[in-house]
Amino acid sequence: MRMRTRLRATAAAAVVAAMLIAGGCRKQEAAAPPLPASNQVAGWEKTGETRTYTAATLSDYIDGGAEQYLKAGFNSVSTSDYKFQGRIEAVADVYVMSSAAAAKTIFEADPAGNARTIALGDAARAFSQSLVFREGPYLVRIVAYQETPDTQPALTGLAQGIEKRLSK
Amino acid sequence: MSTKQAPNRREFLKTCVAGTVALGAGDVLAFAEKFKPAMPAGSRVVIARDAMLRGSGSDVDPQRMAALLDRAMQTWFGSNNPLEPWKHLVRPGQVVGLKVNTIAGRGLSTNTILVEAIAQRLQQAGIRPYDVVIWDRTGRELERAGFHLSSAAGMVRCTGSDAVGYEDTPEAYGSVRCCLSRILTRTCDVILNVPLLKDHGGAGVTLSMKNMYGVINNPHDYHGDGCNPGVADVNMLPTIRKKVRFTIGDATSACYHGGPLYKPEYVWRPDSLMVGSDPVALDHTAWQIIERKRAEHGLKTLEAEGRAPRYLATAADAGHRLGSNDPKRISVLEV
Repeated sequence: MRMRTRLRATAAAAVVAAMLIAGGCRKQEAAAPPLPASNQVAGWEKTGETRTYTAATLSDYIDGGAEQYLKAGFNSVSTSDYKFQGRIEAVADVYVMSSAAAAKTIFEADPAGNARTIALGDAARAFSQSLVFREGPYLVRIVAYQETPDTQPALTGLAQGIEKRLSK
Repeated sequence: MSTKQAPNRREFLKTCVAGTVALGAGDVLAFAEKFKPAMPAGSRVVIARDAMLRGSGSDVDPQRMAALLDRAMQTWFGSNNPLEPWKHLVRPGQVVGLKVNTIAGRGLSTNTILVEAIAQRLQQAGIRPYDVVIWDRTGRELERAGFHLSSAAGMVRCTGSDAVGYEDTPEAYGSVRCCLSRILTRTCDVILNVPLLKDHGGAGVTLSMKNMYGVINNPHDYHGDGCNPGVADVNMLPTIRKKVRFTIGDATSACYHGGPLYKPEYVWRPDSLMVGSDPVALDHTAWQIIERKRAEHGLKTLEAEGRAPRYLATAADAGHRLGSNDPKRISVLEV
């Protein structure tokens, strides 16, 4: 009797666990980040797990920056840390906006300053230590923590790797 | 006014009331000691700058940072002794929290070398290492900003609110109803606010008062309408009013646009500290600094962008009285 109760409890726990895992997987798929794994882009190692934030949790990630994105139309953002050849650290964010117009709104909200225009996505700007581009509803921002002669070409390489995944 | 010679009392008062006084570093400590009684302490803001803070490199030099901190604190308190300011703020046996700001990661968070310098001075003033607590919302953010988490006996503690949680019972004032971090309510007796000077997409400017969003469980509820009246109301919560004693604002690196995120293209290095006990005066001064930098870069004013920090007027109004946002009543002393 006691054994049967234990089996029932174990089975129930397994069902609950399966439901939780399935729920978690569904959520993960909905926000599937097109962030490259280590060495999928030459020289770049993915040094952190991918974290995803939804409209409800965006301010946990970008605090007061969230309002602007929510107002424009925001679905989710995926982010991860990277390192180039063991010496240039960077963080890559892929924002999934509600539309291409929403991505454009965010892209154009920041002044271009001394940015270099590069051929990437629908529009792109490269700075000495960062790069931002938009493609359809996606807005991608990559920021490096070290400014070296290699930083900008390295960021461009990673951005191109991300762009390929957005197109798939 | 010469930057090499301390002004006389009448000149000083005249200039303070009008805005900013700039002094040579060598003169300032004697000056501050001499004129301390003339300065309205509540709305006094000291901005200390060291053009050689980084030497010839890009990293802050720890010794110069310690000296800069001493200069800022001694000027504000009018003291010739580097430990005396700390003895005004804390006493042995108290647990002192250093509330930093780390949400933007390593590129734009409270400088770890500054925090080390503060922790060192606190210990020299008689605070036990374990009674110094460096903290922010989460351990992860602290680590990403370059801090090392620690709870080891005999060591300075460094921890996130996520490790100990928030109170179950909320505190409320005006529009806000928040559960406060247990680091604030239970661990610490005194809080020194150690935020960072930043442009802020919602609030316009963030330095002193906005940093208190990092001690509540539901900051996302109060980001609407330019964080107004949220910022002012959060700073009225009884435990915050009681425990937050002084602000040491990190303006070694700052951003004039794109904040609070780290967007290096809008970051500059003022290599300064901004200290004071009036959070409204500090934030008002921060606003002016950011506007000047935006103008240099040909950007619209925050007002023109619809994000002037309206919470400043709310914080200064009769329902809050957290400090002064009236430039005529704010004494800014640059050293």
